[in-house]
Amino acid sequence: MPPKLSNPLKKNVSDLPKPPMPPLPPSLRPNPKPGPKEEVTVGEAAAAGGTSVVAWIDERTSGSGFLRGFLFRKVPKGTNWWYTLGSATMFAFIAQAFTGVFLAMYYTPSPTEAYESMRHVNNDVFLGEFVHGMHKWGATVMTVLVFVHMARTFVFGAYKYPRELNWIVGVLLLMMTMMMGFTGYLLPFDQRSFWATVVGVNLNGTGPIIGPYLADFLRAGSDFTATTLSRFYAIHMMLVPGLIGALIGAHLYLVAKLGTSAPPWKKADLPTSDEKRV
Amino acid sequence: MPPETDTKTSSADAAKPPKSKFTADRGWPGSFEGETVTRRSFMTGVALTAGGVASMMFALPALGFALGPLFEKTNHISLLDVGPVDEFPADTFVPQVVTTTAGIGEVGKTLVYIRKNDNPTPEQSWPFVAISNRCAHLGCPVRYIEAAKSFICPCHGGTYNFEGEVTGGPPVRPLDRFETYVQNGRVMLGARFSVNSQLERVPTRDPGEHVDGVWQVLYPPRPTT
Repeated sequence: MPPKLSNPLKKNVSDLPKPPMPPLPPSLRPNPKPGPKEEVTVGEAAAAGGTSVVAWIDERTSGSGFLRGFLFRKVPKGTNWWYTLGSATMFAFIAQAFTGVFLAMYYTPSPTEAYESMRHVNNDVFLGEFVHGMHKWGATVMTVLVFVHMARTFVFGAYKYPRELNWIVGVLLLMMTMMMGFTGYLLPFDQRSFWATVVGVNLNGTGPIIGPYLADFLRAGSDFTATTLSRFYAIHMMLVPGLIGALIGAHLYLVAKLGTSAPPWKKADLPTSDEKRV
Repeated sequence: MPPETDTKTSSADAAKPPKSKFTADRGWPGSFEGETVTRRSFMTGVALTAGGVASMMFALPALGFALGPLFEKTNHISLLDVGPVDEFPADTFVPQVVTTTAGIGEVGKTLVYIRKNDNPTPEQSWPFVAISNRCAHLGCPVRYIEAAKSFICPCHGGTYNFEGEVTGGPPVRPLDRFETYVQNGRVMLGARFSVNSQLERVPTRDPGEHVDGVWQVLYPPRPTT
């Protein structure tokens, strides 16, 4: 403890110990403070300025400053593997988006051709069954990870002040993930897909007052028609992924802004006797 | 709004002066005699209004496009021919596959169980009883079991009797029916309709929606049905 600080709230930033420089590649390390001015030629100045592509981009975006603050944040003591679940969920989402784009290249959202197009992917296309399988099982992985991440947040009490808003954003992301699962389930268009969706849409219809309208909205009418499948397809691959991407951005911003919380078994460093508790 | 501090008024009077509507009286920079709305706030309003109008010009049609089917009239295709009159006895059901939505393959088909109506009542005076196989719980396909004279749903165990009334399981109302007509000795199917627990005709509703008592208020039928 530095003894000259009597009130921990009255620290000056310059008094704080300087954090060590993160392990950055040389081109992204901040330049040393300029010393006394010397006469340099234009050529020398250009050579000193650096001409690498990374430096060129960095000079125009200040990206390295942002990345230093975003990637090399301080984390509390006790941070452990449970804190990786959010990143794992995001990785699952990226994998879903990536494989989904390639499945969309083969898929035909038409009630008479959808099943045939997926049969073609599974049986004929090189690695088609594998990519389809990754998308299918990845959906389950993502849903499980969302719930484990949520349970970790709840059990660690990480939803408490000032992180309540991030919990709310997370709940919205949970709902979006559920919507992805629901709309994606129909797309292979086999017997299981179809009847599960019939039951799922009718479940929506059992909600009082707005339920019947919700079911009609999902089906695009009173009956399962040609529009229903393409509607599910558009929701699955355009509407909800866009919303998820935007909400992940908000979620990550709040994580970086507020920092993560220490695990509940970690006690705060108590002030010593000569420090006043506030 | 912070408490009244008089910082915005130029007069140093301790008494609360009524706020003037003239910008000049408030001592705003650039104000002039008789001005009530500054150019800045006017232009802000114009920009917001123009932006709002422009946004609504695409947002409202797009929203209507997406929500339109909710209010579209369900167009029942013309009567569906399901076979000659003498094919359907009164003591058992004959299943018939009919296409209710054309052009979408298997998905547009549904199964209807048909028998002769040997006991017409004021509520059900149709010449034939045509019962939909769409379960009134969540829409799974029910199957008629001759030995039990019952309809049984494979999903969650809903059972219905010979009239399609619920005898067990989770369904909330009897099985839907279809209008039946006889034309040139052939049985024709009309529109689908739902029935309440008294087998009275009510507007068509989706599976899982109640049609009896106060419950029916919570499940409004489609506006155009």
